[in-house]
Amino acid sequence: MNKIELRGVTKSFGPKHVLQGVDLTVPRGSSMVIIGGSGTGKSVTLKCILGLMQPDTGEILIDGQHVEKLYGRKRDDVMKKFGMLFQGGALFDSLPVWENVAFGLIHGKGMGREDARGVAQLKLRAVGLGEKVADLFPAELSGGMQKRVSLARAIASNPEIIFFDEPTTGLDPIMADVINELIVQCVKDLGATALTITHDMASARKIADYVAMIYEGKIIWTGPIGDLDRSGNPYVEQFIHGRADGPIGRNV
Amino acid sequence: MNNLNAKATSLARNFGEQVLDLCTLVGHSVMQFFGSLGRVVEFAFRTLRHIVMPPFFFKQIGRQFVDIGYYSLAVVGLTTLFSGMVLALQSYTGFARFNAEGAVANVVALSITRELAPVLAGLMVAGRIGASIAAEIGTMRVTEQIDALKTLSVNPFKYLVVPRVLTGTLIMPVLVLIGDVIGIFGGFLVSVYRLGFGPYGYVEQTIRFLEPIDVISGLVKAAVFGFIVTLMGCYNGYYSDRGAQGVGAATTNAVVSASILILIFNYILTQVFFS
Repeated sequence: MNKIELRGVTKSFGPKHVLQGVDLTVPRGSSMVIIGGSGTGKSVTLKCILGLMQPDTGEILIDGQHVEKLYGRKRDDVMKKFGMLFQGGALFDSLPVWENVAFGLIHGKGMGREDARGVAQLKLRAVGLGEKVADLFPAELSGGMQKRVSLARAIASNPEIIFFDEPTTGLDPIMADVINELIVQCVKDLGATALTITHDMASARKIADYVAMIYEGKIIWTGPIGDLDRSGNPYVEQFIHGRADGPIGRNV
Repeated sequence: MNNLNAKATSLARNFGEQVLDLCTLVGHSVMQFFGSLGRVVEFAFRTLRHIVMPPFFFKQIGRQFVDIGYYSLAVVGLTTLFSGMVLALQSYTGFARFNAEGAVANVVALSITRELAPVLAGLMVAGRIGASIAAEIGTMRVTEQIDALKTLSVNPFKYLVVPRVLTGTLIMPVLVLIGDVIGIFGGFLVSVYRLGFGPYGYVEQTIRFLEPIDVISGLVKAAVFGFIVTLMGCYNGYYSDRGAQGVGAATTNAVVSASILILIFNYILTQVFFS
């Protein structure tokens, strides 16, 4: 059974048609990476699945359940299945690191503060951060450490599905590889389904079981990571090799 | 003759197009205004609904009591102190023209409790708190912290908006009550030490002249202004556009819209209480 399924999802902002019928299936327990250039609809796709945006038309199914029109408590129940690592971390700057990690446990799941602090410290250790970091504030951390804290927050409630939005953007290549390895490890440990959006091919190759390429609001190719280099799709080939010339216009 | 006709037709067409453009512009502005008004009203009702529905974030509410209440005390105190002092001086020199200097205590007490303390405190808090709320929530919007709240199954309305609006509505009457006392004390200082009034007579006259409705009307106004200031701060921050410019615009809009609404509602409430 597929964990996530999108059928003909469209989304427009005024005259700009960002998603023009996205069809995508993510098998349970697998790691799907959506690649594509800037402005092709990767983030909007992710936000539609998460319920942060309402698709104009189409269907979104999580565990076979339609979620595109869920509100209130029913939406909250679905949200409890998700963990999310945001591109910029999106850490709450008024809270110390441990409270950032434990936030969903305390406020979303009603766990006691002491218990939640214990879980937060475990998760921080899982992403390679020591106890000393727990009481620091996000502004006191480097970019790489903020990403790790964000990852710890994403996995804190042992989610069934984890979303990664450009997990390596803004990091040096070594730190990017460390984050990629942590993502692979965490997803494996949790047995979760992962959906990542990125334009970093090194990251995609490391994280993905399956890859989908989005272009002009549509999935134009999808397949196992092993088939990526022999996709036979000129758009995919241009993108993965980072060529300026090809069917993808420079204005995208 | 044909040329003249053609010119007249062309002029008429240009005029017609310009009128049409003007109508389009006016129509667009009117629709935008009512659209914004509708969104603010919807936001206000959504806030009121969440105020009475659990869960409640008491720690956040406590933090807002300190931020909005405690840290605004100095601003409100100074504003009302000097307003009371100026009022005493102005009314003394004005009333001296028709030998009514004795009414200074009454004018100071009435003006401070009914109008100056709530309105000036409202405007000062709009500048201090409205701007800060819009900037904080706007930055959270831009840095995806509001989206992060949703993914952590926490309703941003309950966590961010309700504590601020609830606290603003409850704490403003307290601030204004303190402002009333300080403002009247300012008038007392000037009247006694500068204008030669007797201290006991001034206090006695103030107490004798003031009626409960004078103070109560000011406190009700304060609660409404507190609601307006925090609501507009939250609304503009919540729907802030992306980037530093978006947050800047949200901050400006929060202060300007709250200030205008305070003046409008001040008139409406005065009409309700004293007409």
